[in-house]
Amino acid sequence: MIEALQFDFMQHALIAAILASYICGIMGALIVVNRIVFLSGGIAHAAYGGIGLSVFMGWPFLIGTIGFSVVSAIIMAGISLNNKERSDAIIGVIWAFGMAFGIILVDLTPGYQVDLMSYLFGSILTVPKTDLIIMGVVAAILTFFVTLYYFELLAISYDDEFARVRGLPVKKLYFSMIIMLAITIVLVIRVVGLILIIALLTIPAYIMEKFARSLFQMIIGSILLACIFSISGLFLSYQFNIATGASIILVASVFFGISHFIRTN
Amino acid sequence: MNNTIEPTPQINIRNVFFAYQKNAVLENINLNVYPKDYIAIIGPNGGGKTTLFKLILGILKPKSGEIKVLGQKPCKTSYYIGYVPQNHHISSLFPISAMDIVLMGSLSSRKKMFYSLKKNRRKAIEILDRLKMADFANNNMNSLSGGQRQKIFIARALMTTPKILLLDEPTTGIDSKGQTELYGLLEELNKDITIVMVSHDMMILSSHVKSVACVNRNLYYHDQSEISEQMIKSIYPDALTAECPIELIAHGMPHRVLKHHHKIGLKND
Repeated sequence: MIEALQFDFMQHALIAAILASYICGIMGALIVVNRIVFLSGGIAHAAYGGIGLSVFMGWPFLIGTIGFSVVSAIIMAGISLNNKERSDAIIGVIWAFGMAFGIILVDLTPGYQVDLMSYLFGSILTVPKTDLIIMGVVAAILTFFVTLYYFELLAISYDDEFARVRGLPVKKLYFSMIIMLAITIVLVIRVVGLILIIALLTIPAYIMEKFARSLFQMIIGSILLACIFSISGLFLSYQFNIATGASIILVASVFFGISHFIRTN
Repeated sequence: MNNTIEPTPQINIRNVFFAYQKNAVLENINLNVYPKDYIAIIGPNGGGKTTLFKLILGILKPKSGEIKVLGQKPCKTSYYIGYVPQNHHISSLFPISAMDIVLMGSLSSRKKMFYSLKKNRRKAIEILDRLKMADFANNNMNSLSGGQRQKIFIARALMTTPKILLLDEPTTGIDSKGQTELYGLLEELNKDITIVMVSHDMMILSSHVKSVACVNRNLYYHDQSEISEQMIKSIYPDALTAECPIELIAHGMPHRVLKHHHKIGLKND
């Protein structure tokens, strides 16, 4: 297996897997404790609208997609803050709209056959070097943000009403978190694809929620678990010549199943 | 009306109306809370007790009327209020230690870049010690009992060094021993801090409560902590029918012993 690492593409894929695991571990823990998994699914699927827009306009993938995703994420989060009871329906609409919008824009682009599958299920083996650098930068920004505002994020996640009474800028913190989430999702789309990303975000965090004694422990544990899932998935896919994104999620799902049989006090 | 001898109220509510959509939740509310008061707010579910708290905290804004807390608009002064919310709206799965919750009380609107976590921890331990909860500081919240959890939320409120303490149904889900302990603690705290407490279960009131306000859309204020039959009739129209199986008993001073329900038909009457 080690000999696989002599290939450049495998080295890149390994770095991509680790960076994706790192940012997914942090954001995954936050979305699970904030119960915004469905919103994350909405952002991931609406991102396809951004992919279509980038293809149609000839923009670089990351810029167009991040822009579109951040805007749709802010709209979804804003609506769900003001209309909690119907937020699931509204997220569902934007979720579907984004995908439809993207598919039509790709169709309208003359002479361009975008590989839809690679965005749906990821293409970690072809992640370009620039993506790795951008992921590294985002990982650093995310670390800074979460470290500096750890107690604030903890407070708004646990009891936003109390946080507001204390005078914390609850909305600013919430929307910063949503923007970081949208950026995370777009970056990780390349690794596991927009359909599978929810699994990489939520499975490590779900498992850790049972064992962690603090949000910090949950974040660290989620990062480690995500690393285990993505690296073993990567090597499994190399060994058996199967799709990488799907292998990663399969490993994660097996761990998820096992974790259900472990009892904690 | 303008009694100059009276001290200035910490909370001053005048002619406040509030409605969520069309239905009025609170109508023409007037209430003054003075320093070191200990007020119990009682009333039926949906009567507007929690809404009144949220108005005092500035989370909600009245449709009309005026609320002043410490002489200012509520949203500016919520900083000085220690708020103990009803604890059932909070997820029990959340991985969080008791200490982390208490430390939330040290947060403020102005980000302190170099605040001392050590100093805050020491203060938190002191408060937990006072509540006899220091041994549980590192415990996970979901490993604590209802009463212990409630004490952690009180510790978080005290961490804010409050001038006023607002407690929303603090005795829900706590056994009678725990309730006695809790009331003892509140009495102790009341030496320095004004306390306003919502109690859904109007039958169980601390004998240390100095006054009672009944909220059911309107507010009736009673200077002595006595619950008269008439009061119950106006607040709980159904209370004196067979629907209310509880005898109205408040322990403590004789004037708190209340009249029997009539036409109740309790077996051991």
